[in-house]
Amino acid sequence: MRVAIIGNGVTGVAAALSIRRHQPDWEIVMISGESSFHYSRPALMYIFMGHMSYKDTKPYEDSFWQKNRIDLVRGWVTEIDAAGKKLIMHEKDPVAFDKLLIATGSKSNKFGWPGQDLGGVQGLYSLMDLRLLYENIKGARSAVIVGGGLIGIELAEMLHSRNIHVTFLVREKSYWTNVLPIEESQMINRVILEQGIDLRLLTELKEIVGNDSGKVRGVITNKEEFIECEIVGLTAGVSPNIALAKASGIGTGRGILVDWSFRTDRPDVFAAGDCAEIITEGEGRNLIQQVWYTGKNQGKVAGEVMAGQESVYEPGIWYNSAKFFDLEYQTYGMVGSVPVEGESNFYWEHPDHGRSIRIVTKDGAVCGINVMGLRYSHRVCESWVAEGRSLDYVLDHLGDANFDPEFYEKCEAEIIREIRKQAA
Amino acid sequence: MEEHTISYDFDEETLGFEEPEKAPAKPLGTGEKISLAVLGFGILMFVLQAMGMPPGGTWAGFLLVLLPVFFGTASYFYLDFKDTVPGIKHDNIYFRGLTNKGILGWLVGVVFTGFYIALYWFPEYLAGGIKIVNPLSLSLSGSPANNWFFYGFLYTVAVCVFGVRMFMKYRHNRYQQIRTASVMFFQFGFAFLIPNILMLFNQPEFYLSYFWPLKPEYLFPGTFSYFVNHPGGLGMFLVFWGAVMTFVATPLLTYYFGKRWYCSWVCGCGGLAETMGDPFRQLSDKSKKAWRVERWMVHSVLVFIVVTTVLLWVNSATSGAVFGEASMSLKKWYGFYIGAIFSGVIGVGFYPIMGSRVWCRFGCPMAAVLGILQRYLSRFRITTNGDQCMSCGNCSTYCEMGIDVRAYAQKGENIIRASCVGCGVCAAVCPRGVLKLENGGTFKDRFPGSDRPLGALIDSLKHA
Repeated sequence: MRVAIIGNGVTGVAAALSIRRHQPDWEIVMISGESSFHYSRPALMYIFMGHMSYKDTKPYEDSFWQKNRIDLVRGWVTEIDAAGKKLIMHEKDPVAFDKLLIATGSKSNKFGWPGQDLGGVQGLYSLMDLRLLYENIKGARSAVIVGGGLIGIELAEMLHSRNIHVTFLVREKSYWTNVLPIEESQMINRVILEQGIDLRLLTELKEIVGNDSGKVRGVITNKEEFIECEIVGLTAGVSPNIALAKASGIGTGRGILVDWSFRTDRPDVFAAGDCAEIITEGEGRNLIQQVWYTGKNQGKVAGEVMAGQESVYEPGIWYNSAKFFDLEYQTYGMVGSVPVEGESNFYWEHPDHGRSIRIVTKDGAVCGINVMGLRYSHRVCESWVAEGRSLDYVLDHLGDANFDPEFYEKCEAEIIREIRKQAA
Repeated sequence: MEEHTISYDFDEETLGFEEPEKAPAKPLGTGEKISLAVLGFGILMFVLQAMGMPPGGTWAGFLLVLLPVFFGTASYFYLDFKDTVPGIKHDNIYFRGLTNKGILGWLVGVVFTGFYIALYWFPEYLAGGIKIVNPLSLSLSGSPANNWFFYGFLYTVAVCVFGVRMFMKYRHNRYQQIRTASVMFFQFGFAFLIPNILMLFNQPEFYLSYFWPLKPEYLFPGTFSYFVNHPGGLGMFLVFWGAVMTFVATPLLTYYFGKRWYCSWVCGCGGLAETMGDPFRQLSDKSKKAWRVERWMVHSVLVFIVVTTVLLWVNSATSGAVFGEASMSLKKWYGFYIGAIFSGVIGVGFYPIMGSRVWCRFGCPMAAVLGILQRYLSRFRITTNGDQCMSCGNCSTYCEMGIDVRAYAQKGENIIRASCVGCGVCAAVCPRGVLKLENGGTFKDRFPGSDRPLGALIDSLKHA
């Protein structure tokens, strides 16, 4: 039995390892055009800022793959022949498979802005993008970043570390406020401004203006303002990378359509991670998840299914984390950007604006927690949400969740006092 | 497939990610310039006096060096970090020659190594410097300065000056600040002031913060009889202190707090590594191969010390009848190869090449003992926060002991490694809040099998 995996990102790797666990004898081939070995995509920024070398971002030693008999193929797949069970490769011999996993990840969104294909305009997703950024910053003094999400602020931090002046255009009234409640969002606004980034809220990109040699000269905003720059970072989200699957006739919607076990509409062809769109059958919108953790968990389940296990993906209690310059953020359960009918929000923020916690309850049970500038335990918060604990219970046990380093100022007493006051 | 993704004109393994271009930086501030000028003045005073110019050898001459060097450097570090937002300061580390084995790094390595060679074998070359610190030595210990006093003085100044840098670099992190204050305190008090003051009162020069097997002679029979017979009764106490610290305090403190109570809070070698060595911590080798070499080397040194100590005692008890001169030559051999070459020349000299903990990792017998205790009989562990790890590798990169922390974190496992000195930097640099140093309630919940520590030890020996 031979399994081929397209993509060596976290999803492909998680799948390969879970197949190997269940099927010690199967052949596993993992194909990537981007890199010879798996690297940690979220660490791209640290290579650029000089915190780590490229090799430091590889989660496994190079010998690991041979030891686990996972064959690595460097190259681009140009077509999937699902009926003939083979992959057509760019300038390489075709790869035959019995089972296939498509884990091609995402690509940066471009919304048809005028000038979006000019030199100096780019997203940040892959090693190729990183390499392109190395070229684009040559001689650059200023940059405009469009799109107030996680990649946008990372790109801002990266360029800032090279002394490049950054103007950050955010369409909403506050940073990432389609995900974060306004208070948390405003804490991040402050962090951005404190770093000397020119944050422009309620500002949209209208047009990217080029010079005679086809390079960016500046942008025009929806307020008809011209901002001079040599780099434009387009970071308005990502979409499933489905071009290959679509061209090969595999069923796609926004992503590659799969069931809860990551089967596509073709026999023995699976898709998981950022590129997959899970058909939810009457549970509302189909599910597309595009963060590291879901990629890893989806890959693990897809690998189990491919290895012949009865396995179904269960998204579980949501969690995520991020770091905005020096401000850390963790979230557990469901915290909406605006309070929903029937939900109550309890919020504490340290007077220094560096730390905050939000606890959301619904029908008397805690359903979501946000922490900023504090570290809280995943296992503890998850169990509170899973067990539907009351606000009182959570406050009584709040200290159990604190995951800050030793000797850090403990704010729990203050938090409990404030939230009890709000709940009274 | 889009054309531009298929064309690929760099090899990510070897080329492509050197330093990106940088827009011009703001020039140094006036304060920073003045600080550097003051430091430069101190260094100039040192060089001139070392070459024989006045007022070398007087208090005035000594202060003309110490004050500008200390305050120039300290105020430079203060001003350098003061206007930055508190947080992790690792920008450009891999782009600088000093911190990424460039020409500057090798140069500093050669200078450090040269200093140690002079210190151990050609102290006459340090005579100029020794003369400068002579007034301090005379008042502290009552005797003229020699190369070892000069070394101790430089070492203490380095820990304190670079300690200021650590305070500023980690001013958002109280664990790092308190730990830095601790190594500064023990270096200044226990490893510098007290031994010298003991000498002033005609007592043996004794380092209260070093014990067997790091200072093996503290349990050698020769030292023993010298101390016990020393007039005044303090010698008796020092023998008692040494034995209690080795056999009682070490296992007890390691059980409660892990190896870190010593290695990154008290020890002088650790103190220098955690202050002056901090810019080089990422240079440690994280490979499995390095881990294998480390285990063989560090435990071999420990075995060697234990054997030497036992032989010396047998020899002493039998008045040399059994081993004759053999045990004495073992002792000398240790002093030369381990004490001088390993801990000094390679241990510090190679900071810019192999990272700041080469000696602690590959050679220190105390670290070996503490490591065995930490691995099998301690409550200390680094816990992982659920599934929040995204494998970025900051933790492994900045582990000075070369532990591949990420390998555990990405599997959601606790990190319980003999070599971990508990510096806490992995937890500090983690961008997702995944790692936490903890003294658990017991050693039972650390990892499967740890409820029977001796069984785990036997298992690991079987699988070795």
